[in-house]
Amino acid sequence: MLNLIVCIKQVPIVSELPWDSKTGTLRRELAEGMVNPSCKHALEAAIRLSDQHNGKITVFSMGPPMAEEALYEAMAMGANRGVLLTDKRMAGADTYITSLILARAIKKKCPDFDLVLCGDQTSDSETAQVGPQLAEELGIPGVTNVEKLDLSTHTLCLERQTDDFLEILEMDLPGLVTISPHYYVPRHVSLGGVQQAFDYPNVDILGTDDLELDPGLVALKHSPTKIIRVYSPATEKENIVLKGAVKRIVNELFDRFGDRIGGAMGKDLKTHDHP
Amino acid sequence: MKTLNRDIWVFGDYRNYFQNRVTLQLLARAGELAPKTGGSICAIVFGHDIGEYVSEYIAHGAEKVYVVDHPQLKQYSIEAYTGLMERLIKAHRPEILLIGATCFGKEYAPKVAKRLKTGLTADCIDLDINKDGLMIQTSPSFGGNLIAEILTPNNRPQIATVRAGTFQEISHNADAKGEVISMPIPDDLPMERVRLIRSERLPKKGRKIEDTSVVICGGRGMGSKQKFKKIFELAHLMDGEVGVTRPVVHAGWSGPNTLVGQAGRQISPKILISFGISGAIQHTAAIDDADFIIAVNKNPNATMMKLADVAVVADANQACLAIIKEIKKKIQL
Repeated sequence: MLNLIVCIKQVPIVSELPWDSKTGTLRRELAEGMVNPSCKHALEAAIRLSDQHNGKITVFSMGPPMAEEALYEAMAMGANRGVLLTDKRMAGADTYITSLILARAIKKKCPDFDLVLCGDQTSDSETAQVGPQLAEELGIPGVTNVEKLDLSTHTLCLERQTDDFLEILEMDLPGLVTISPHYYVPRHVSLGGVQQAFDYPNVDILGTDDLELDPGLVALKHSPTKIIRVYSPATEKENIVLKGAVKRIVNELFDRFGDRIGGAMGKDLKTHDHP
Repeated sequence: MKTLNRDIWVFGDYRNYFQNRVTLQLLARAGELAPKTGGSICAIVFGHDIGEYVSEYIAHGAEKVYVVDHPQLKQYSIEAYTGLMERLIKAHRPEILLIGATCFGKEYAPKVAKRLKTGLTADCIDLDINKDGLMIQTSPSFGGNLIAEILTPNNRPQIATVRAGTFQEISHNADAKGEVISMPIPDDLPMERVRLIRSERLPKKGRKIEDTSVVICGGRGMGSKQKFKKIFELAHLMDGEVGVTRPVVHAGWSGPNTLVGQAGRQISPKILISFGISGAIQHTAAIDDADFIIAVNKNPNATMMKLADVAVVADANQACLAIIKEIKKKIQL
């Protein structure tokens, strides 16, 4: 039986983010969550592999308690069980500590895995680092930005586009891939489907102590990288607002920014007088 | 790991044009940072028959080049290159390592950082040295909606990836002198667990939306398939390309190959004009490299309008028509 793991992250829905207009920062505690889009592609790839090879899928997520919703959504899509890693001491983890905690949880809950699948990056921090670092932490080979997977015994055939090359690779198992969001378009899950998944609770919730991590480990303190300042570039843009009659706005647009528009087009947009 | 010196290392990524350029750009930035750290500018190159890159890096500011040249390294190999960098860094212990945020670099840097038990910041848009001698790594997140300044205070080396085009390379100086330190390939590199079966250069596909300086993006706010055709007309008129949002693809107003977003194309035009797009993260994540954004939307509070340099509060379709008319008039003048 093929033993698959998918790591997913719940991310804030940015279009509905509450911004603190004074500081230009995000009030994340008020944000609504969703499953990171790229993680759903990884889950879709896992479901198709599992269907072909009679597999089972365990989904891992690290985050606040509300991230449990993401695991139920994953189970509604087709995963078999979920593991939520949640603990105040995990908050503020950078990719180094996140991959360390995920690896520890995988070794504890699902040590006989064949393949770990991750999305290629998250929509919030966008580092694309957790996948490759998790492979290192687990001591297994890892390949990023995979478009298509094909499995035979103990080797996985991978196709990807990377730096203008099309590559066909072979990877030993167990291994890890991050999935590029092109080929494996995630299946749609209805709200009813997610609600049904909640009727069959199958999520283990683990904290730092359950993982036998160093008892002194506090993610924020032990992460090698420290965020010293966060600001919003939008507040530094002038954000000029033009309103009124369409014709007048468009005239104003070209009066003030015609050079810029023409420059990008490679054409001289001569300004002229408006009657 | 304690450092032995204040050197700044740049990984020599050379497999294609942009990979080579980002290496030269990082050497230029390393040259600006080195006086503040008090170390040397070093390039690291792995491969086979790579003498031309060694010379090029010296001509672009590298004072030392560490080279491992061996037939076994002819193809880029993630596992061998990770093992080599780990050994080299443990032996020489530099202060900083910079890696281009190419596809390869984005796969490589996290593995190297993990092996060395140190921090890594992705896709930096600026790098500087603070008064304590630490590297300030400025990195965007939330699709460019937030910018974070990050330090790696206690672990070494401090590692960052940087996208091509972030820094300017210095001009080629054929008279520049640099020290070349050639090293043999270690005989105990582990067996490759990832093997390259086939690699082919992808055909150049005409001009791509990623490379154009004008992009016209349209969203569902354009109103209908018929009205959406004006987006194509404007793009054609401005010698640009069309980008669209997911709902437009779903509605069949434009093909999936025009999708701009996390699941589609990433763009970095000089000018982006956006019509009737509210600004979901899946879309805005792909446009944060645009130099200048003009957004048109009836709703002045749409996210897209907040991200824009110029927010035009108007009906998207009417504004599009008026802009087409105005440009036609100006071209004829």
